[in-house]
Formats: sequence, structure tokens, C-alpha cells
Amino acid sequence: MNAPMVEAKALAKKIAVSNLEFYYGDSKALKSINLPLYEKKVTAFIGPSGCGKSTLLRIFNRIYDLYPRQRAEGEVLLDGKNILDPSVDVNLLRSRVGMVFQKPTPFPMSIYENIAFGLRLYEKLGRSEIDARVEAALSRAALWTEVKDKLNASGLSLSGGQQQRLCIARTIAVQPEVVLLDEPASALDPISTSKIEELIDELKADYTIAIVTHNMQQAARVSDYTAFMYLGELVEFDETSRIFTAPRDQRTQDYITGRFG
Amino acid sequence: MKQHTVTAFDEDLSALASAIATMGGLAEQLVAQSVQALLKSDPELAQQCITADKKIDELERQIEERAITIIARRQPMAQDLREIIAALRIATDLERVADLGKNIARRALAIDAQKFGQRLFVGIEHLSALGLEQMKLVLDSYAARDVAKAREVWAKDDDIDAVYTSLFRELLTYMMEDPRNIGMCTHLLFCAKNIERIGDHATNIAETICYLVTGEPFDEARQSSTTRLTQAEQA
Amino acid sequence: MTDKSLYAGRRRRDIIFRGLSIGATAFGLVWLALILGTLFWEGASGLNLAVFTEMTPPPGSAGGLLNAIVGSLILTGIGVAVGTPIGILAGTYMAEYGRRSRLTMVVRFINDILLSAPSIVVGLFVYEVMVVQMGHFSAWAGGVALAILVLPVVVRTTEDMLLLVPDSLREAASAIGMTRWVVIRGVTYRAARAGIVTGVLLAIARISGETAPLLFTALNNQFFSLDLNAPMASLPTIIFQFALSPYDDWQQLAWTGALIITLAVLTLNIVARVFSRSGSGQ
Repeated sequence: MNAPMVEAKALAKKIAVSNLEFYYGDSKALKSINLPLYEKKVTAFIGPSGCGKSTLLRIFNRIYDLYPRQRAEGEVLLDGKNILDPSVDVNLLRSRVGMVFQKPTPFPMSIYENIAFGLRLYEKLGRSEIDARVEAALSRAALWTEVKDKLNASGLSLSGGQQQRLCIARTIAVQPEVVLLDEPASALDPISTSKIEELIDELKADYTIAIVTHNMQQAARVSDYTAFMYLGELVEFDETSRIFTAPRDQRTQDYITGRFG
Repeated sequence: MKQHTVTAFDEDLSALASAIATMGGLAEQLVAQSVQALLKSDPELAQQCITADKKIDELERQIEERAITIIARRQPMAQDLREIIAALRIATDLERVADLGKNIARRALAIDAQKFGQRLFVGIEHLSALGLEQMKLVLDSYAARDVAKAREVWAKDDDIDAVYTSLFRELLTYMMEDPRNIGMCTHLLFCAKNIERIGDHATNIAETICYLVTGEPFDEARQSSTTRLTQAEQA
Repeated sequence: MTDKSLYAGRRRRDIIFRGLSIGATAFGLVWLALILGTLFWEGASGLNLAVFTEMTPPPGSAGGLLNAIVGSLILTGIGVAVGTPIGILAGTYMAEYGRRSRLTMVVRFINDILLSAPSIVVGLFVYEVMVVQMGHFSAWAGGVALAILVLPVVVRTTEDMLLLVPDSLREAASAIGMTRWVVIRGVTYRAARAGIVTGVLLAIARISGETAPLLFTALNNQFFSLDLNAPMASLPTIIFQFALSPYDDWQQLAWTGALIITLAVLTLNIVARVFSRSGSGQ
């Protein structure tokens, strides 16, 4: 069951994946994936460890390019343009498709610089413009009130949950179109997790979001669409309400009800 | 179906299902006995029915508590979630069925049916047989998670409605014949109405079973068109 | 019962091995204390202002170590100035760009050999390549010899420190659209900065006491000189020369020079320690 099961919806596809395969060296990690990411919707990727969900996410901004012997075949259209094309500038692509990782990764610099650094990469901004953008990004990430008096403190001095929100602020500061979240809350306590989830809910007004999570309840809470992956295949893709109440595939059913392995 | 990785979850769910089965059996029995009490003017049996209802109420409370605990502790999804929602709904329906049975038993205490001719009872007996059959069928279909059987229950409800309507007319005729019959007939009319309502609850349960198994909300329009189709085929 | 005797045996062995470890540590510390004690005892008595303001004297007259101290600073300065940038860039290549390349493996292997090569070999090499070609000893040659000693230390620490920076940080930096060089300059260098600075400080500490390579390259100079094309004095060579002499006041100056070097190296080590303590978090 690889064909997208939700079709004929009047939703714009921000990203369209077709016949995507991925290889780590000689081993095939993704098998013929077909799937849309709808614009300004949250799509969650669930599945057991090693099913390829993170691998898939890492294709959307070609971060896998950093490593040799990893390659993708097929088509991933971002607004109709294939991002797997060798002529695509990966750095420009990554400025459009941001990513937040499992472990909070603040840069070893001040809170302010953590955000300003990325801003200066692609835009010529004056000091006051940067100040405004930093504040906007931090407010958006629900961190401004907590850090506004210590913008010059090291990003590493923040708590885990704050660090992760700083990373989200850093990602949205450069105003990407798509935000990829790779298990963004798996290292956080429940309160920080709720804050991140609240944030995702707010961000979807402006961004197309893809989130990989091991926490099924989290996928159920935050996403509009859910993709269940297993052994490198996309088993089922559907509206989240459907997947978590009445999935069509037995494997999906077994996984989400805890009948696996 | 495969076992859960957490086996205690399986135990929770099967305990819930068997509590529903127990409750269904008790409700069915209560209805049958209350009708018997009515027809045979047996106040002792009627009294038994009234006490039995308390037990069913208690069972409903237990099922509800169990279901809520499972939701809180296990965050059920998909099939499991539907299982629990279905249990809650079915328990509510069964509790109503038992209430309706109890109501019949109360009326059995109020009237002395033996004074009356047996003729009137034939209708009631027929109606209650139909209602009890529906209850049995729907409980079987729950135990077997059998959608086809549940659809059958849903389709057969029309029969009960038809018998009830004719009984209603009959009772109306009695009342018009002799105003002294009015008190008695009103009681019987309510009993008939109760049985008809029991049939409706059986249909509700059937709908719940369809949702439980298929995951689709029960679609009446589609359902009636398919039944009509099969009826046409049989004709 | 058997359990108890087993446990008693284990306890006994524990006590024996703990005793042996403490004994070995004490043995080492005693010699270290003796060396430092002698050094202070002999050196401190000659420590006065003249040491820092006057030239090395001819035998039998008073003087100081000014030319040697300045010479050592200049030679070390050249060594660090030449060796550090090359070392950092090479380490960066190995850790960031060519992590899995063959060249990196070869360079790492050769670097490890260089790291443990006797410094006199380096001195001979520079003598052949520079001194013989130029026709005379020079401060330049001394500086280059020291640079060759700085290089492997800096290469090694730079590579190690950059490899300690988690890949997740590089991914995060790349994920907001930084090019490779911006990632290295803006993020990984900052994360590894304390470690790299520590490596450079340790390299300075290492070369500031080197004598052998300087004997073949910068030679020595009894007079104050800032000419990089001429032989230049340095503390280690002066100590070498004065300590072997039969004159009492020269021997005293040698002790004092040794004390100065030791204190300088000690200070550098402490600074390095403080740097690495303060960690990579700014």
C-alpha cells in the first residue's frame, strides 16, 4: 500500500515524494516512497526504530549530503522542483527547509548570536533589523520572556527545553518554508514537551511541518496527517484522525495499539 | 488478533468484554422474566426483576470505571480505543434495557392481568419474543465481533416496529370498546412501548458493533439501501 | 563460610595493590620534589634584577641572561608563529574535510612519528636544509626547527579537539544553510577553541626547553642580537654551555636560567589547565 491514500483533496502539496529510494552504501534503507507533505499542515512520521522515518526526513533538506556513500534516487519535488537534482544548491535549499534535531544543539555562542548568525548568512541586515528579527524569532518560539534579560549569556547555559526552543527559534528566524523536526521532544521533560507541541501548533499557520516521533500520542496530538513506516516502506499515509482510530493496514493497527514484536 | 506487547493490556480488554457479556446475559434474562411476570401475574418474579436491575446498574458502573482506568493508564489507540468506546456505549444501552425491563416488572405488580382474556397477551408475547431474539442476536454478534449479524439486527428492527404498531391499534380498539379497559390497556401499552424501546437499544448496540469492527461510523442511509437491496434479491 | 574467606582474600589483594600504587606514586613524587627543590635552592640564590637586565658575562665577571631570555622569546615566537597556523589548518583538514580520506591516514601516521621523533633529529635536518644552504647559523633556522616541533603537537590536538565536537552540531549548523567553511569557522572552531588553545600552550611549553635542535641551528651568541639572520642566544643553550663550564658564576647563571625556564613552563601548564577547565562553553 504505497499510493497516497488521501487523494483528491484540495490541499496544495508543498513537497511531493515519488518513487524515492535511499541507500546507505549498498543497503537500501527506503523502498519506493510516495507521499505528499501538504502546505501548512503537520505531517507526522511514526514507526519502529530503523524503519527509515528519520532517513526520509533527512532527505528533505539533503542533510545526508554531509556523509559519503549515502544517496537518494527518485523525486522529491519542493514547489514542483526536484531537490535531488545535482544542480540544486544545498545551502540555499537548507535555508528554505529548516531542521531541528533530537538533541538540542545550541551553537557555542550567546543566545543572541545563536539566532543572528543564521540571519547574517543570507540577508544583509542592519543592527536594528537583526535585533528585531532575533526578538521576533524568540517570541515566536515562546522563549523571549525567559531570555530577554540575558541575551548575551551562552546558549549552552539554558535548560534542555529552552535550548530546544532556541534551536527552533534559530530555525524559524531564517524564515524557511518547511520545518523538519526529528524527535524534537524525545530528550525533554513533559512540560517542555508540551511547550514544544504548543509551538508546533502555532507554527503550522505559517510553515509546512514534518515531525518524526517515537511517541504515538504526540503524533496523534500534533499532526494533521500521519505516515506509518515499517522496514523502509511507507505502509500507510492518512489523516491523523483516521490512522489513530481506524487504520486500514493491519501492520499500522498492530504498531499503534502496541502489538508489535 | 495478535497479543499486546504488554499482556496486562490484553487482560484488561478481555475482562471488559466479558463484563459486557455478563451484563448482556443478565439484562436479557431480566427482560424475559419481567414479561413472564406480567403474563403470569407473578408478583414474586416481578420483585426479583426489580432487585436484579440493581445488580445490572452496579455492573454498568464497574464497566465504566474499568474503561476509564484503561484509557487513563494505557492510552488506547485504534482497535483498542474503539473496543473501549464500544464497551461504554453498549453498557449504557444494556442498562437502559434493564431499566425498561424493570419498568415492565413494576407494571406487572400494578395490574392483575389474569382477569383479562389471554387474547391480549398474544400480541405482547409475540412482541417480547421478537425483542428478546434481537437482544440475543446482538449479544452473539458482540461476542463474535460479527458485523453481518449486527446488520441483521439492524434490519430486523422494522419487524418489531410493525408488530408494535399493530398492537397499539389493537389496544386502542379495546379502550374504545369499553372505557373500563383504559387503565389496564395503558399499562400494557407502556409495556409494549418498553419492548419496542428495547429493540431500539439492540439496534444501537448493533450500530456500535459495526463501528467497533469496521472503524467506520454507522451510516444509516447506506445501510438501509444495502438491506433493501438484499431484500429485493431475496424476493 | 567459603564466601567469607573469598571476600577476605579479595580484601587482602585490594590492600596490597592499593599499597603498591601509592608507593609507586610516592616514589615518583619524591624525585620530582628533589629536582624542584634542588633547582629552587641553587637557582633562587642567583635570582636578581641583573639577570633580566644584563648580558651573559665573560667568565669571572658579573652579568645576566638578558640576551638568552630575549633570544628564547624570539625563537619560540617564530616557532609558534610558523607552526601553529600550519598545524591548525592541517588538523582542520584531517578532522573536517578529509576525515575518511587516505591522505588523512597517512598524515596522521607521519605526524605521530614526528610527535615522538627525537628533537636532535629535527635539529640535524634543519642544519642540513637551512644552515648548510645559507652558510651560517641563524635565528631563522632555530625558529624553523622549533616550528617543526610545534607542528605535530598542534596538528594532533586540533584534530582530536575537532573530532570531539559532535556531528550533531555540524548537522545543525549545516541545516540552517551554512557552507562548510562557515560551519567550521563559526561553530566547530568555537566549540573546540579551549582545546586547541590548550594544545598550542602545551606546544610552547615543550619547545621552550629544547636545546638539541637549537645547537645545530641558532647556535648561541654571547651578545645581545635581534638579527634573525645571525646566531642567537637562548636559555637552554646558555644553560648547556654555562653548566659545563668550570666557572662558578657561569654555573650559578645556568641554575638561575633553569629555574626561569621551569617557572615559565609551569605557568604555561597552569594557564593551559585553566583554559581546558573553563571548557568549551565560552
